[in-house]
Amino acid sequence: MTLAIERTSTGVDSKTSVPQAVRRKRRTERPSWEEPPTLAGEAAKGVTLGGVLLVMLVPLWIILVTSLSTQAAINRAGGLVIWPDGLTFEAYRVMLSDSTVRSALIVSFGITAVGTLLSMAVSVTCAYGLSRRGSLGHRFLLTLMIITMFVNGGLIPTFLVVTGLGGYGQWWSLILPSAVSVFNILILRQFYSTTSVDLIEAARIDGAGDWRILWSIVLPTSRAVTAVMALFYGVGYWNSFFNVMLYMPTDSEKWPLQYVLLTYVNRGNGMPGSVNSGFGDQFSQTAPLALQMAVVVLTLVPLLIVYPFVQKHFRTGVLTGAIKG
Amino acid sequence: MTTLRSGRTGRPARLNWRIRLRRDRSLILMTLPAVVLLLAFNYAPLFGLVTAFQEYDPLAGVWNSPWAGLYQFERLMSDPLFWGAVRNTLYLSFVQLILFFPVPIALALLLNSVLSQRVRNFIQSVVYLPHFFSWVLAITIFQQMLGGAGAVNHFLRNNDIGTWDVMTNPDTFALLVTSQVIWKEAGWGIIVFLAALAAINTDLYEAAAADGAGRWRRLWHITLPGLRAVIVLMLVLRLGNALTVGFEQFLIQRNAVGHDTAEVLDTFSFYYGIATNDYSYGAAAGLFKSVISLLLIWGANKLAHAFGEDGLYRK
Repeated sequence: MTLAIERTSTGVDSKTSVPQAVRRKRRTERPSWEEPPTLAGEAAKGVTLGGVLLVMLVPLWIILVTSLSTQAAINRAGGLVIWPDGLTFEAYRVMLSDSTVRSALIVSFGITAVGTLLSMAVSVTCAYGLSRRGSLGHRFLLTLMIITMFVNGGLIPTFLVVTGLGGYGQWWSLILPSAVSVFNILILRQFYSTTSVDLIEAARIDGAGDWRILWSIVLPTSRAVTAVMALFYGVGYWNSFFNVMLYMPTDSEKWPLQYVLLTYVNRGNGMPGSVNSGFGDQFSQTAPLALQMAVVVLTLVPLLIVYPFVQKHFRTGVLTGAIKG
Repeated sequence: MTTLRSGRTGRPARLNWRIRLRRDRSLILMTLPAVVLLLAFNYAPLFGLVTAFQEYDPLAGVWNSPWAGLYQFERLMSDPLFWGAVRNTLYLSFVQLILFFPVPIALALLLNSVLSQRVRNFIQSVVYLPHFFSWVLAITIFQQMLGGAGAVNHFLRNNDIGTWDVMTNPDTFALLVTSQVIWKEAGWGIIVFLAALAAINTDLYEAAAADGAGRWRRLWHITLPGLRAVIVLMLVLRLGNALTVGFEQFLIQRNAVGHDTAEVLDTFSFYYGIATNDYSYGAAAGLFKSVISLLLIWGANKLAHAFGEDGLYRK
């Protein structure tokens, strides 16, 4: 039995895995045998793709502009603001002076940083440990891992195990249960077992041990896939809110940003932790809509900062395995 | 003495296991943290499934709770709310299969026909982005755009066309959640298809064109067959996951449209298991779903093999 993911090449950073000559050059101009494009066809294509882009970008634009608008501008627009018309950072100032948002920001960054580091350390070592053919027990361990992709206990048994281990209200309950993604490990393993084969062989002859090889050869030659995996894990931690609902629903000081967004913006509740200091009073004075949109922007900004650096590694053929799982 | 080497970086496999253990001990050590985490949070819950056959009492724990046999499953079978959740799940799954599944394929074909690398890169980086948004964020964006006080309704009201509140309307809920999935995931979904398209030999197109095949014939006879394996694989996955339509998405919107339409199997487990402390009942619902899902994956793979494709795993 071979899993689909083991068959497809992940293709991240194809420079190292595929010889130059084999890579098919992407055509960038119309080959001579192809019919000239019809005007109607090109127009339809442009309109469709343009429409797709607008559907993705316009909401983000509206939210950004509204978060920066004055209350007067919001009143004039009668709600969300589309064209900038009186800009202010007031909403951001109020938001960042609110204790619940501040602690949520720290919690979110903390969980994401610690979780991503831990997940990456565990996954990278495990993927390398399973990537050397013929090593003792690696088939067994691999099967043990793949089984978890098909059968799992489900929500309630997992909840019972975590609470049984004393995880209720503990930070680790937001990190450890989701720290290992077998799927990500398989992608890394696939990559490690095909890349830098000659270098690894040479290093082994020179007497390098496995830790040394992982640290000095495998990691430096697979930066792209490492970056992509770190993004996957990081986004997972940054976006999670359900485990908060399960394990620490009442303790608003431990809420991450997504949960604040859910309670405050999505459900329209006031901020429980800041009735006296933050939003409770300010709600009527500053732009509430601007404030809500500022929280939305705040959850987006870290992603938008990291995304361009990692996105370039998603080239065509990249991570074909990433969707399967 | 000859030893068998498997692969280029392979290590001699036919050795005494003691020698292999000493040689590979750091490799095994490396896998340990992940294995321990999986044992604790994936395998232990598997044994926790016994609660589905108990009347679980949080104070007594798994070990001391009284056994209930198939009682929880009998309750499920006669619970109209459970069957409502099954029906909703299957219906939403079907709607997503029809409306969502073709979108990434079409988008990939369209994008693949764009010649300029720069334009392609730009479009790709934009359409991949929503995949990394949380569901909280995606639904908030939908609410702001389409909700009762959202941008679209504001426009409609200003032009005296009336309001159109899709966010709380049970009748259009299936379309709403499918459009959310399309908005969030269709762009990311094109990656696999773009990769398959890039792997098609371009000489085939030239030869076909020389033989007089037009644009559409080339699409039908070269491009689509080239995508066949990936399409089948994605279909197998979709069918195998027919009982999983997304959890957080429904959890967040369940209250807005009511549980009659928004209750799916996963939210059922949560609400009737954890939220009401009826753990055994929720675990039984979860187990029911897992067993059917395994059968579905197995069946979908059989189907793929029958069509001569690999599916999720090879025979």
